[in-house]
Amino acid sequence: MQLEVRYFALFREQTGHASEVVDWHGGTVTELFAYVAEKHTSLQPHAAALVAVNDEMASWDTVLQEGDEVLFFPPVAGG
Amino acid sequence: MKFAVSDTPIDVAAARKAVADNRCGALAVFEGWVRDHNEGRAVKRLEYEVYRPMAEKEGARIIAEALDRFGVEHALCIHREGLLELGDIAVIVCVTSAHRGEAFDACRYIIDQVKSRLPIWKKEHYVSGISEWVNCQHCADAAHTHAGDGHD
Repeated sequence: MQLEVRYFALFREQTGHASEVVDWHGGTVTELFAYVAEKHTSLQPHAAALVAVNDEMASWDTVLQEGDEVLFFPPVAGG
Repeated sequence: MKFAVSDTPIDVAAARKAVADNRCGALAVFEGWVRDHNEGRAVKRLEYEVYRPMAEKEGARIIAEALDRFGVEHALCIHREGLLELGDIAVIVCVTSAHRGEAFDACRYIIDQVKSRLPIWKKEHYVSGISEWVNCQHCADAAHTHAGDGHD
């Protein structure tokens, strides 16, 4: 399946990409992160990282669908 | 406009005016300022990155929750994005209500939720010349000790 993956802040700097289209065998958000981290070896997982799918906050267990837009958020720090 | 992201300096007088109401005897304001140090390091400036589509939606939800939970009349929050200098206002929360208690409580609730729920990232640029994303580079520490967060 094809997915759009977007990286923010530290994750954008670690991957060198703000977004990319990923061809993937399918699975959960956690599995997608592991998949893209194999390609972008400096991308580091973090316990406080968050994920959104199609502009809604999502669980790392969410099973992704064709065409989903997945947003990887490093730990937030507003204020 | 209950929650907004701004790439220009925050107009405090306009923010106060937006929540003015003759039924209210209390205005509680929180301003987050860019501070010159964090965790022992001299800070030169801050940079905020905001994912606006979700920050605006979630910010509006936080304001709605505060109005509902504390029964205040008006609440407003504006968060900056982009490059900020020392002393700049990074975020402002204004709440008006009949009495001060609920205004303070709602103000506190809004800033705490804004800090933890919105897709906003803060990069500290240090006097030393290096820069780091807050809560990211010290990941292991941040998760357990609640890393400092630039002001307050």
